Amino acid sequence: MTNAWTDIKNTDLVVIMGGNAAEAHPCGFKWVTEAKANRGAKLIVVDPRYNRSASVADFYAPIRQGSDIVFLMALINHCISHDKVQWDYVKPFTNASFVVREGYGYQDGLFTGYDEEKRDYNRDSWEYEIGPDGYAVVDETLQNPRCVWNLLKQHVAIYTPEMVERVCGTPKDAFLKVAEMVAECSTPTKTMTSMYALGWTQHSKGAQNIRGMAMLQLILGNIGVRGGGMNALRGHSNIQGLTDLGLMSNLIPGYLNIPTQKEPDFTTYMSTRAFKPLRPNQTSYWQNYRKFFVSFMKSMYGPAATKENDWAYSYLPKLDVASYDVLRVFDMMKQGKVNLYFCQGFNPLQAFPDKGKLAAGLAKLKMLVIMDPLETETARFWEDHGTFNKVSPADIKTEVIQLPTTCFAEDEGSLVNSGRWLQWHWPGGSPPGEAKTDIWIMAQIHLRLKELYKKEGGAFPDPIVNLNWSYKDPGEPTPEELAKEMNGSVLVDVFDPADPTKKILEAGKQLSGFGQMRDDGTTAGGCWIFSGCWTEAGNMMARRDNSDPGDAGMFLKWSFSWPANRRVLYNRASCDLDGKPWDPSRKLIEWDGAKWTGYDVPDIAPTAKPRDVGPFIMNPEGTSRLWVRKMMRDGPFPVHYEPFESPVANVIAPKIRGNPVARVFKDDWKSFADIGDPNFPYAGTSYRLTEHFHYWTKNNHVNSVLQPEQFVEISEELAKEKGIALGGWVRVWSKRGELYAKAVVTKRIKPMTIDGKTVHIVGVPIHWGFVGSARKGFPANTLTPFVGDANIETPEFKAFMVNIEPSTGPVVA
Amino acid sequence: MNMELSRRTFLKTTGAGLAGTTLGAFGFSEAEAAVAADVKPFHLVNTTEARNTCTYCSVACGIIIYSKGDLRKGEKADIVHIEGDADHPTNRGTLCPKGAALRDIVKSPTRLTQPMIRKAGSNTFEAISWDAALDKIARAMKDDRDANFVATNSDGVTVNRWLTTGFLAASATTNETAFATYKVVRSTGILAFDNQARV
Amino acid sequence: MFPAIPNPNVATDAAAPRFGEKDILRRSASTVTPPATRLTEVAKLIDVSKCIGCKACQAACLEWNNLTEEIGFNHGIYTNPMDLTPDTFTLMRFTEWVNPETENLEWLIRKDGCMHCEDPGCLKACPAPGAIVQYSNGIVDFQHDNCIGCGYCIKGCPFNIPRISKVDHTAYKCTLCSDRVAVGQGPACQKACPTQAIVFGTKDEMKEWADFRIKDLKSRGFENAGLYDPPGVGGTHVMYVLHHADTPSIYAGLPDNPRISPLVDAWKGVTKYVGLAVMGFAAAAGFLHYVVAGPNKVSEEDEENAERLADGAPPPTPAGPVERRTP
Repeated sequence: MTNAWTDIKNTDLVVIMGGNAAEAHPCGFKWVTEAKANRGAKLIVVDPRYNRSASVADFYAPIRQGSDIVFLMALINHCISHDKVQWDYVKPFTNASFVVREGYGYQDGLFTGYDEEKRDYNRDSWEYEIGPDGYAVVDETLQNPRCVWNLLKQHVAIYTPEMVERVCGTPKDAFLKVAEMVAECSTPTKTMTSMYALGWTQHSKGAQNIRGMAMLQLILGNIGVRGGGMNALRGHSNIQGLTDLGLMSNLIPGYLNIPTQKEPDFTTYMSTRAFKPLRPNQTSYWQNYRKFFVSFMKSMYGPAATKENDWAYSYLPKLDVASYDVLRVFDMMKQGKVNLYFCQGFNPLQAFPDKGKLAAGLAKLKMLVIMDPLETETARFWEDHGTFNKVSPADIKTEVIQLPTTCFAEDEGSLVNSGRWLQWHWPGGSPPGEAKTDIWIMAQIHLRLKELYKKEGGAFPDPIVNLNWSYKDPGEPTPEELAKEMNGSVLVDVFDPADPTKKILEAGKQLSGFGQMRDDGTTAGGCWIFSGCWTEAGNMMARRDNSDPGDAGMFLKWSFSWPANRRVLYNRASCDLDGKPWDPSRKLIEWDGAKWTGYDVPDIAPTAKPRDVGPFIMNPEGTSRLWVRKMMRDGPFPVHYEPFESPVANVIAPKIRGNPVARVFKDDWKSFADIGDPNFPYAGTSYRLTEHFHYWTKNNHVNSVLQPEQFVEISEELAKEKGIALGGWVRVWSKRGELYAKAVVTKRIKPMTIDGKTVHIVGVPIHWGFVGSARKGFPANTLTPFVGDANIETPEFKAFMVNIEPSTGPVVA
Repeated sequence: MNMELSRRTFLKTTGAGLAGTTLGAFGFSEAEAAVAADVKPFHLVNTTEARNTCTYCSVACGIIIYSKGDLRKGEKADIVHIEGDADHPTNRGTLCPKGAALRDIVKSPTRLTQPMIRKAGSNTFEAISWDAALDKIARAMKDDRDANFVATNSDGVTVNRWLTTGFLAASATTNETAFATYKVVRSTGILAFDNQARV
Repeated sequence: MFPAIPNPNVATDAAAPRFGEKDILRRSASTVTPPATRLTEVAKLIDVSKCIGCKACQAACLEWNNLTEEIGFNHGIYTNPMDLTPDTFTLMRFTEWVNPETENLEWLIRKDGCMHCEDPGCLKACPAPGAIVQYSNGIVDFQHDNCIGCGYCIKGCPFNIPRISKVDHTAYKCTLCSDRVAVGQGPACQKACPTQAIVFGTKDEMKEWADFRIKDLKSRGFENAGLYDPPGVGGTHVMYVLHHADTPSIYAGLPDNPRISPLVDAWKGVTKYVGLAVMGFAAAAGFLHYVVAGPNKVSEEDEENAERLADGAPPPTPAGPVERRTP
């Protein structure tokens, strides 16, 4: 989230599209109901189903899953053609005026540089024109036909209300109603917020769905302001933290990158980072990259990371592909290329697409290690559960070790919420039986491995034996020690270069923030964006003062928010060019003539003069981006691509199947239903229910009472057509697998007309499996395709094709 | 630290037009107090409170865990109830149907309580000691890493990666756990490293 | 936002209940002297227009009251279980309703449960002395030690709320969390409700809050938005804000004009006599029998009578209590 949950109360219009906040985030949704009750705010829900969020919405518009970009580009088109643009925001704060270099173009669904064989672009032409002064060329009059604004106008022109009706199935009138409500928020005193989640990410073009809305929000002037923003409602309690800390194939904590093999040395690695500003005076904060990287390496390797060895750069593994994401790894696993696999609090057999392929992969492992507080299907993938998990245990040679861990109620530490608040918690109960903390388990594994390497030698032991593990009890580092390490500390005294008698940093002290990090090895810090979380003043994450000056919803003294305790990202953009709030009744910060002050921590240098420095300090432009240069694999503007399985061909580019640069593994093409395949005529989608949390709460009796049994949701029309009874059994199958479930026949789903064809929707909740208290059932991933988003490989769980028939239910062996 | 329980309430309402109320006491004055033979006793009396955060979604609602026994005194603590924290700015004491049932996930009959091993081809789990399990894991890692570690690629570039072992990290563990996990996993050269954010 | 009720104080001295025996306004099958001063009336307000049907109230109710409901089946709708039970005191009922005026689909979700009537039909119909009490703050509470499991309370209830447990053969329903209210807390469902669709306070405050909500609903085109506080039962201590207050029955059969059947009053004249007789005999014969013996002659017979009552037929003159008590 750019903003915080509590900030949603400040909005005038909530658009829930690509998510279902009332269902998945009820207590956050509270702030929507508060905005409605107290500000007269309106709520719009755009979703294939009339869902729980829609039940309290002011307006609901249906949309076919996988067509969001058409809808979003059409909203942008509407705003541009009706002059509903916050010009005083767009001109200075976006790259609308930046001129794009000759050679860049777009036609028939493809940008310049496409290589069909590689399914990838050469993105060299996707850049600004650079002037003789070394800066990007801009045309503030927006007359240049190659400026971003004109390219955008051209790009969105085909996305008309008629096109929306044809591709999305949204009636034109309903679209126009949404467009009018949205367009009203282009004034400086009206604000819209976007609340989205996996309804946008789980597509082969998920990242572009989100860009589409971000672009709209910039055009309306809604980024950086109270009650505005792009608010990704993250699914798990610390998924934000795990991502911030870089527990991914290609990341280093704080959104730094693991090097690729094209960067064999530190100098090469740094040469493509630390971007120089693209416009005069701009901050381009990533110029500090080296400080954050070196401090991280000092935290990782302590004395073993030296200037002489390039801060132990060789210890880091180098990637040969973009990333070893889970889809790639399970594909490798199925090919027998993975021997050992660890699942820490994770149930991949249910959580990733195409259960059949996943199970085949797990069966090829030599060893599977499970660390979990609960039983999972993954831990028991080898166990025969009849129709629910038909396997032959004797044929599965995988050794499985299942380790019992503590859960939230038994451990101490911090979690990062969706609004980037790091909140500390304390244990309330004793662990059951022999359950241990994950910290203890990881420490034990490390110490044992280190011991083996010390004793026996082996392949490149250096990064293991030199890992900085200087905890009081190496067998179980405390949360306090680890938190302080992430915050960072001073390793050696640092003196003022101008006055060598003046000590500016004292060895052994905690850093007050990332501003103190240095690139000479004198500071350490595990995760620069968390710096400030545990300073000399103590544990900032444990702060519990819930005062809220100005009723702004910021709560600056409650916990700690990264970065730098800031609650609304880009908050400099809440003011006009002169530093006056767009809406004085919703002030966040303002320029008082000498510095920035207000209810939030300014997202700009405190004394940066308003007209000099742009609000988007991380970007070398100093502005936000309506057109993203070469930063996304599938194009600088979003384009509508159909899902890989779709009822119709792509109307705007009929020859293109799916996202043209999404990665598809060789064997998986044949597991996709053809476009318009009559064997799989219904548009399937999967989702969560509020009564359950993924595959956890089927272990909870109460939640199993509230939703006991797997079901699918279909329209009354489809039920009638197929002879399916309310509450009766159905069989649903895709080209990859099948499931049995009860039928919820509902008015909340309606058939749609897509490009002249009637399309029925089959909704599949995800929560059931073969372990736990709830009735045994089938996870939705028996059906879903093994393909991910082109940029980040999030699987396409939201749009796939199925068939359905009435059934007598699963045959239980 | 969690004993420093603020009894602060949110006195301000946002433009609701309704002033703060007599709610705290529900209008029962001291004079109205009476012995209630009929009303069930309040079963949180004499419990120990711990401030925590709901383990499910990222709204991160504040919760209070009520236990018999005090961990800080070195006692065993048995959780009797979990309820929303009214002092928390986001949830103001509220919880969703999952959060409201947190006690029953902590005490689920399917909680794991001891290390188990399923041997190749077996149709059952059997108990194993922590030491034996951890030694087995470390041995397997060492053997696989030594056999499959890629020090240099075909161009002779030092790449120091290990691709035959993978690690999926949790989504509900603490940052501190995550950081310890990061250090241990990354130090081995594992690149098949991912977390729930992907899905 | 309605101000949150502060977290409970768990210290021994702070948790003494603030109402009890002396605040009893009515007691089933008994005559009580009402307290000289009435406690401030409390109420729970359920704003259907804010409810997202998440069932947090159901979960919180099960947790707080340590109830174990059976894991059922899906029956083609979101409602689960399908009805109130002795373990499900509160239940979200889901109705898909197409508004004939706008042709828009509306998903009406109503939290069902005891309404805590000012004029409680259950209490009036109850033949067992002291099995149902009404405190002067408005809470209607069941006292299981005194309940004989006859089920008259169900028939007396205009909202069809109480349910008889197969385990202990006594009647169960929402207590408005009297144990929580007694220490200054709100009910567990109200505490949990994510959107504050449930709020709790004094009845006057709740009415004032309802006005504020109704104004908002009217501004959004719900012309018939209003408060459900039905006069037929003297008003209730659980009230609804409805967007269509002109037709409560569209909300999963919420009675349009609930009232206690006039026959309950007639019946009550009889049961009062019977009830007292029962108590007199029970003291001698060992009242525990009814708790442990399972469905017995009394409850079967009473059930029939109650059914007649519901059908509008007068109950027969009961046979002598001695005969009815024969094991």
